[in-house]
Amino acid sequence: MCGSGNCDLAAHAAMMNDAAVGSTTADPIVMSFTVFILAIFVGYHVVWNVTPALHTPLMSVTNSLSSIVIVGAIIASGPVEMNLATVLGLIAVGLASVNIFGGFMVTQRMLAMFKKRG
Amino acid sequence: MLSANMTELAYLVASILVILALKGLSSPETSRRGNMFGMLGMGIAVLVTLQLDGVQNYTWILIAIGIGAIIGGVAAKKVPMTSMPETVAFMHALVGLAAVLIAVSAFLNPVAYGIADVLGAMHTASRIELFLGTFIGAITFTASLVAFGKLKGFVSGNPVTFSGQHLLNLALGIVMIGAGIVFCVNESPEAFLLMLGVALVLGVLLIIPIGGADMPVIVSMLNSYSGWAAAGIGFTLGNNMLIVAGALVGSSGAILSYIMCKAMNRSLFNVLLGGFGSDTSSSTSGGAAIGERPVKSGAAEDAAFLLTNARSVVIIPGYGLAVARAQHALKELVEVLQSKGVKVRFAIHPVAGRMPGHMNVLLAEADVPYDIVEEMDEINPEFSDTDVALVIGANDVVNPAAKTDSASPIYGMPILEVTKAEHILVIKRSLSVGYAGLDNDLFYMDKTMMIFDDAKKACEAMLHAIE
Repeated sequence: MCGSGNCDLAAHAAMMNDAAVGSTTADPIVMSFTVFILAIFVGYHVVWNVTPALHTPLMSVTNSLSSIVIVGAIIASGPVEMNLATVLGLIAVGLASVNIFGGFMVTQRMLAMFKKRG
Repeated sequence: MLSANMTELAYLVASILVILALKGLSSPETSRRGNMFGMLGMGIAVLVTLQLDGVQNYTWILIAIGIGAIIGGVAAKKVPMTSMPETVAFMHALVGLAAVLIAVSAFLNPVAYGIADVLGAMHTASRIELFLGTFIGAITFTASLVAFGKLKGFVSGNPVTFSGQHLLNLALGIVMIGAGIVFCVNESPEAFLLMLGVALVLGVLLIIPIGGADMPVIVSMLNSYSGWAAAGIGFTLGNNMLIVAGALVGSSGAILSYIMCKAMNRSLFNVLLGGFGSDTSSSTSGGAAIGERPVKSGAAEDAAFLLTNARSVVIIPGYGLAVARAQHALKELVEVLQSKGVKVRFAIHPVAGRMPGHMNVLLAEADVPYDIVEEMDEINPEFSDTDVALVIGANDVVNPAAKTDSASPIYGMPILEVTKAEHILVIKRSLSVGYAGLDNDLFYMDKTMMIFDDAKKACEAMLHAIE
């Protein structure tokens, strides 16, 4: 069935897997934390490069971006059965969409104003 | 239905698009495309979420999105550019409230989020994340509402201070964290509600002692909080997209707060302690001097003469310009001067206007091309080669006391060095003090000519005199 190299690899992987159970698998929260810190790092470098003239559009667009909480709101309002939890989720969906649409559109409106001479 | 792996990868694409949206803002040319990337990323994130297994309630969700889209769209079209600071503050409040509602919903039904075991008890890690997301969201919500009220003028922009204020805040902070810890240990609903309630109160108390002049810092800081709140919800859901977007927004707001503080030579701590601008001692002691010192004032015609005979003019606009709605008259004045061969540029102090970059947007709205609008660091070396510096509606940002008077409260604050220009024109309604409540030596200099008029009327009169 398999070449000797492949079989060795598979056996090796199985061994690694066994070893991984317990001490070497990271908790999901640690993975989340890794992503979080890396994203702060990216944000730091990207935002220092934003020209000061565009700091107001930066604030309105980041406003839209933080409304990414709509993802959580949609999950909260996901179940068909209506109860307090889903109703709160739906309200959050509405609030977040005000921000997403309002934020992106007002940013676009502002950016369209910035023109060069002539 | 996408597999779990495909879902994660789609969120990754959306995250990259969101980063590109911010990257685009490095110059006005690339910014509009960047904004499109942002919209695309957000669209992908929403679509991917809608196809998740647990999401079935499509009709109601789409209705909620539709209502939000209509309200947001209409508001985005109608809001005047002068009102951007309060609009942004209000939007922060919406994010905060949405985060709180999601957190409460997750608390009520943890199974839907997959953060509970089979018996319905929340994992300890999830409780901690929920605690963080809830209190940051709650503080963002009420603090932003107060900031909105102050900027909009619903509540007084003056700092509200009382004795024991900081102690009270500290005590409430301890109660909030204590209740949060109790919640993390035993998932007690009472502790959760207490923590939420105290956080809502704390949001109000933290902002009321902060004066109107410091609102640019506060709006930036709340921008940051709204990002951390989103990241907190992301931790609760174990969703990388939320964590990435939240962290980007959080660091963006933090950097803006830092830039604003630096431009005012204040520490964030000093701003947060509040009370700045309520100290009237400096202005009352200086009050006797105001009006007694000799001031050279002139008419718009004199100013027009100086401007047309100059080779190079630098205009320093302040928020007073926007209040007087003088941007368009000023822009026409600039065009006439340019047609006469005068080199005209604008100098923007980082704290000009009511939020970071506000003055740039107001000038852009009046069709002033952005390539003649310069930042403080670019323009300061140029003042010594400038014939006329025209100050319109700005005060503290051109006060030489920041450089010369070590006793001044604004000593050390970076300013636009207009005193190096050959002539200085100041359009101002009266000799009243600025935000910082200080007299300004610039107005009494030999080479300064004051034009006591409304900014719009003065610009129109100068335009008329030149033509």
